[in-house]
Parts: sequence; C-alpha cells; structure tokens
Amino acid sequence: MPGDLQQFLSQPSEAAARTGPLDRIVFSSRVRLARNVQGFAFPGWAKKPERVRSLDVIRGAVEQVAPMKEGFSSPMDGLSGLEKQILVERHLVSREHAAKSGGSGIVLNRSESLCVMINEEDHLRMQSLRPGLQLREAWKAIDELDSALESRLPFAFSQELGYLTACPTNVGTGIRVSAMLHLPGLVLGEQVNKTIQSVNKLGLAVRGLYGEGTEALGNIFQVSNQMTLGESEPEIVERLNKVVLQMIEHETNARQKLLEEKPKVLLNHIGRAFGVISNAFSISSKEAMNLLSMVRLGHDMELFPDQSRALFDELFLTTQPAHLQRGHPGKLGAEERDLLRADLLRERLQGVSRPVVPKPPSPPADAAGSAGIGGGI
Amino acid sequence: MLCSICQKNEAKVHLTQIVDDKMQKIDLCEECSKAKGVTDPAGFSLADLLLGLGTSQEAEARPAAKPGELTCPTCGLAQSDFKKSGRFGCPQCYVTFAEGLPVMLKTMHRGLRHAGKVPQAFRVKREPVDQIKLLSRRLEKAIESENFEEAAQLRDQIRALKQQAPSAS
Ligand SMILES: [Zn+2]
Ligand SMILES: [Zn+2]
Repeated sequence: MPGDLQQFLSQPSEAAARTGPLDRIVFSSRVRLARNVQGFAFPGWAKKPERVRSLDVIRGAVEQVAPMKEGFSSPMDGLSGLEKQILVERHLVSREHAAKSGGSGIVLNRSESLCVMINEEDHLRMQSLRPGLQLREAWKAIDELDSALESRLPFAFSQELGYLTACPTNVGTGIRVSAMLHLPGLVLGEQVNKTIQSVNKLGLAVRGLYGEGTEALGNIFQVSNQMTLGESEPEIVERLNKVVLQMIEHETNARQKLLEEKPKVLLNHIGRAFGVISNAFSISSKEAMNLLSMVRLGHDMELFPDQSRALFDELFLTTQPAHLQRGHPGKLGAEERDLLRADLLRERLQGVSRPVVPKPPSPPADAAGSAGIGGGI
Repeated sequence: MLCSICQKNEAKVHLTQIVDDKMQKIDLCEECSKAKGVTDPAGFSLADLLLGLGTSQEAEARPAAKPGELTCPTCGLAQSDFKKSGRFGCPQCYVTFAEGLPVMLKTMHRGLRHAGKVPQAFRVKREPVDQIKLLSRRLEKAIESENFEEAAQLRDQIRALKQQAPSAS
C-alpha cells in the first residue's frame, strides 16, 4: 500500500484544528515504545541485507494489525527528501529516522495518531500522538497497538530486564512519555532555566522543538521521562502528567505576573510581533516561529477576539521549510523560502485585526467622574 | 558580536538550544552558519555543532575485535564496540555483557528490575501467587496516585487470578 504521502496526510488546517484538554499551553502529548524482535541484530549493528529482511517481516506484521489498517506504509527509500522532512515537521518521525533510507520504513494509521518507525535505533519505535494533555489516553492507545503486535512478532524480552533495546538507557519498559509545551511566559519572565533545572532534578528531560539537541524555537519545549527501568508504565505516565500540570501552573502564573507588573512590556512584544509578521516581505523560519509564539500568546490573552487559535497553529506548521516547499517545483533556496513565507503570512493574516488594547484595571469605586463621561445610563 | 566559530566575522545568526539542562546561545556569521547547514531549524543540532560532528554516518566498516576481548557469540559485537557507540548489537548482548550491566544501569534508571508490562507469551510463566503480589502492589500505587481507572482494571485482574488459583488467596 505505498501511496502518495502528501495525499494521505491531512491538510495543515485540519491538523491544526484538532483540539485537546489544556491545549492553550500543551500542544501535544506523545507516548513512544521501543521494541525489538528476537532473531535479528539491532538495526544499528545489522548489515543492510539483514535490515531489509527484518523490515519486510516487521512491516508485514504492522500493516496487518487492526489499529493500523487503511494506513500509510512505505520503506524510507520510497519517500522523497521533502516527504521525509514533512513527516519530521509533523512530529511523526524523528530526525534520525528521516535520515534513513533502505532497510528502514514507516507505517502510519489513518488518523495520524499512531506511527511506527521500523529500524530506527530499535526494530520498532511506535508512538501515539494526541492534541493537548492526553498522556493517559496516548499510553492506552499505544499499549493496545503493542498488545496487538506481540502475537505477531516475538519481542525480545527478559523477565528481569524487560524489553531489550539497542541502548540500555531504554531497556525495561522502552517507554518515552513526552508533552510539547508552549512556555512564552516563562521565557519572557526569565524563569525558564529555573523551571528546566527543577524538572531535570526529577529525572525528566527538557528539549527543544525537534527533540534531542534542537533549538527551543517559538518558546516550544518538550518534557519527557528518561528512566525506563524499575517502574511501571502507568507510574511513569502519572509522574510526567503531574509535572506537566505543574509546568502549566507556572506558565499561567508567569503570564499573570507579566500582565500585572509589566503589562506594557508584554503588549509591546505582542503588538510588534503582529506588526512584523503580518507586514514582512522576507522572514526566516526561526523569526516566524518566535513571532508566532508571541501572537499565539496574544490570542491566549484575548487580544485577537475574533480569531481561532487554529489559524496560528496552522501557520506554525505551514511556515516550516518542507511545508513551504510543497507544491513548488524545483528546490527553493533559503532566501526564496523567506520571501514565500512572508507572502504566506501576509495573506493568511490579512483578515486578522490588530491586537485590541485590553482595558486597564478598573479604577477604584470612589474615583469620581466616571459616571459623567460614560454618560449612557 | 563576533561569530562563535571563526571569531572573525560579524555574527548574523543567533541560536538557542538546550544543552545539558541549560539554554545555550551561539552566534554565527552567515558563512559559518551556511557551512554548518544551520539554515533549517530541524536540520542540525547545536550539540553536534559544538562537538564538531557532522550528521551521523553509518559505520559499515568494522574494526576487528582485539584478541581475547569479550565478544557476543550471536552478533559479534565486541566490548570495545559497545564502549564506542553505547549500543548493543542484539538481544543476546544483554547476556554476553551481563557482568558490567548492573553498575551501568544503576546510573541510568530508577531500579534494576523490570516492573512494567509483560508480553502475554512471558506472562504464563509467572506463578499466580507472584503475579497477584505484583498486581496488588501496582493497585496500591494506582490508588495512591488516584488513578482509579487503572485501579479498577487491576482489581479485576487480581480477582480473576484468585479465581483461577484459589490457593493463592
Ligand atoms: Zn564565522
Ligand atoms: Zn549480541
């Protein structure tokens, strides 16, 4: 069933319109499981002919299980560079996996909520992705897929060490639970390093937009567990859930504090961001992300009362390099993309009114004169 | 501001990444940013940049193991290969290199024994008494963390096991 990936994938507007609990701050929740199959060397050590054989066996099994039926399936060498990059921008495959070719593959379910990377670092890296804070639901969905697969594939497992993985940092449950958070308040309030450090102390990792070692563009951060052995999956899910709820609280407080103590500084950031992003004629991906982050924050503060958040979330996606390249024959250079990105932003933001000025805090009740000026009773 | 790499040209590209728990900033001139391929936000990693590494290349050529070195009989991975990559070669490697494992795992994980999901094929081997003990512990934790949906499932599983093996209760 290899088909046209771009036809299979939902439109960015549809993808951005998916909503979930607490999605004001939590973009998405994800649970990933690492699994390996007995009888094959791990992908990083196996030679190519063996990887090609294991890919065949695993892909055949994954395509057959109920949750993945009607999905999209392809070896990595069946995808163009652009298609792979689009999958990265949609957070469906890792950057490491996108770099793979023969002997690796992917299977994606119809609703794009489940994705199995075959022969990444492990034979299977399967993940469940949901909008908003839905870690428990994401775990439940991936647990079901895993249970359906274990009758078709003999997973490498030891009673003592659990699921055996190429890297011992993943052994045991092979689970990575993560949430992608928008934290502009903590960044503007210069509290983000403190937050990262306290989260690290709990044995959790904080990373940038595209995972390990990537830039925290657009004030977007991923928080995830690192330890996989010695605790059950629900324990790991619950701990992360608790920490994410605390981070949401910190972010909410940081925004409130900025609004109370430095309202003009905050409004200045948002107003300028909107001004630039809706009027620029050339803009880099990085600048666009950072300005969109401010505009999205403005939306959360109800400064764009007639707009849905989906428009801004869609622009986070469509201004990325591969999404911009879509539909353009010939590879665009970075400068051409910057022009095209600005055109897209001006056009999509054309109908958006500039941010409203929020009412100043109501004056004390005994402040005279208000009745006379208002006049309309 | 000067470029962090060549220390000669004016820095035009400013990046922020999280490296070792900290937001780190790096400033590059246009030439260096192009040379390092940092025009696409998804296409590079600051850690790689700082370590002077390019995109990871697959090592198809393998140096032969030193004579007498511990080597996995199933996949041929030698201890020195593991030291280099931090990755095992096959599931059997966990047996081959079992001796040094606990010390290493202790630095990485919360415990040394798997406490999570067990595939069906391995589940039957566990004595029902042990299984009930394990589930009861998870039940207590689920109640503690107010995860009642899971608690209800565990309670049903324990009940079913007790019916299968009445002596276990
Ligand atoms: Zn330079
Ligand atoms: Zn081995």
